[in-house]
Amino acid sequence: MSPESRPSISRDDVAHVAHLARLTLTPEEIERFTGQLAAVLGHAEDVAALDLAGVEPTAHPLPLMNVLREDEVRPCLDRDEVLAQAPAAEEGRFRVPRILGEAP
Amino acid sequence: MTADTPGWETVVGLEVHCELRTATKLFCGCPNRFGQEPNTQICPVCTGQPGSLPVLNRMAVEMAMRIGLALHCRIEPSIFHRKNYFYPDMPKDYQVSQYDQPINIDGWLELPSGGRIGIERAHLEEDTGKITHVGGAGRIHDASHSLIDYNRAGVPLVEIVSRPDIRSAAQARDYVAELRSILVATGASDGKMEEGSLRVDANVSVRPRGSTEFGTRAEIKNVNSLRSLVRAIEYEAARQIGVLSDGGRVTLETRHWDEAGGRTTSGRTKEQSEDYRYFPEPDLVPVAPDAAWLGRVEAAMPVLPAARRSRLAQATGAPGEDIAVLVETGLDELVLAAVAAGADARTAVNRATNEVAGALETGTPPPPATFARLVKMETEGALTATQAKTVLADMLRDGGEPEELARQRGFEALASDALADAVSAVIEANPAEWERFKAGEAKVAGFFVGQVMKATRGNADGGAVTAELRRRAGI
Repeated sequence: MSPESRPSISRDDVAHVAHLARLTLTPEEIERFTGQLAAVLGHAEDVAALDLAGVEPTAHPLPLMNVLREDEVRPCLDRDEVLAQAPAAEEGRFRVPRILGEAP
Repeated sequence: MTADTPGWETVVGLEVHCELRTATKLFCGCPNRFGQEPNTQICPVCTGQPGSLPVLNRMAVEMAMRIGLALHCRIEPSIFHRKNYFYPDMPKDYQVSQYDQPINIDGWLELPSGGRIGIERAHLEEDTGKITHVGGAGRIHDASHSLIDYNRAGVPLVEIVSRPDIRSAAQARDYVAELRSILVATGASDGKMEEGSLRVDANVSVRPRGSTEFGTRAEIKNVNSLRSLVRAIEYEAARQIGVLSDGGRVTLETRHWDEAGGRTTSGRTKEQSEDYRYFPEPDLVPVAPDAAWLGRVEAAMPVLPAARRSRLAQATGAPGEDIAVLVETGLDELVLAAVAAGADARTAVNRATNEVAGALETGTPPPPATFARLVKMETEGALTATQAKTVLADMLRDGGEPEELARQRGFEALASDALADAVSAVIEANPAEWERFKAGEAKVAGFFVGQVMKATRGNADGGAVTAELRRRAGI
């Protein structure tokens, strides 16, 4: 990859993406990941530079479509077993701390 | 300010989430059943366990296709995306939904009052779990903690997105009512708004009348009935007109409908929160119904409400209001069966709209053929109107055959043959009066009715006797 084709990704972009993923990064990490992500994006740009005129876009690498199952009930998990693995449970439900945001 | 302040126009687009009536969830074999004990309908797939893989439910795709066909959409090859967010209603931290390649696009719905509302898309997605906020009277910000039931997580939904073609709260109600009838008719939905199997979000904006540009919209959530929908849109439109009239600006935001307070309250602004980092779901392959599959689904499509309304109108000539009620309640089949059996159309419509529709909450409508026999008995005079209503009430309450119920109530003397026999006997015994009746002396009818009543011990229907006399006299 030549330096002039390096895609621009800023430290602010990285901080924003980290926030969306609820990751807390130190300034040093933001610096390091900005460089690493730039390299990844640079690779994508190499691919984008290929001449793909006449090539159909694909949604998936597998040559498969319509993988379906019949609408038939299968056994569920045992509730007590599942809830026993949760950090907290109450009245048959998962208990979580107070939610500050709103439903998306 | 009110929503119909002169000089302003309300613009509404609706997003309707419809839970599909499949046996199982969208991507796993857990039962899709409302009202079960919390967290008893969950498995590794719908709780997002590492290593679990989703497999698409064929019936859910088929129901989505039915909905698309009913809304005149194009059915397209489609793919699924992950919508990423942090909220505990989905254990996976993403919801699988269709994003830029939905299964159904570009259709329309015709309102019973006339006019088409455009449908932008109707796509498949999975429902989320149900969160209960504990403490603070159930309000999210005052709650001490929250409890989650994942039974609903992964239940198949079709989200139907209208174009912003709706121009009033009343039209929005008509749209949802008609959409609900269509969804129920396709068998894809039970249409129960009160159980949340049909949920509506309304995008509301206002603009100066005559303007062709759209104003900034607010998305109203938590609208759980047709009545709330009307109130919420009227409130929100009036609020926005007030803001704009005072020189202010409407904010692009989510607002919540507060049923008790009769108002909408501000939620989050849209700019901050709409970064869902959509990307194609790598665990699911595209779904592209081929012509054969599409053909099978198309061939199995039921007659839809609009066609049923025109069919019923043609068969009965009943007023539009009655037609709408009968089709919406699914009682049109009863009336059609009665008319086909030779019963009087007006009588059939009356019994269905008054007695049967009125008892839907408490009773079970009779099968169409049984209803038809009852109306035919009334039409032929075997039962008086009052007697027919009594027998019908018995049928709605306990079921049963009209002939048998009539007999039990002592209405049996009124079989149409008996009526005809009684009329014949009276005519034979009174030839002079019969000649006068035939000559057009209408008041002699009273004499004949009296004689027939006497012969049947008062069980005959006066109107039916008169009709029979007129039929025989050819007048």
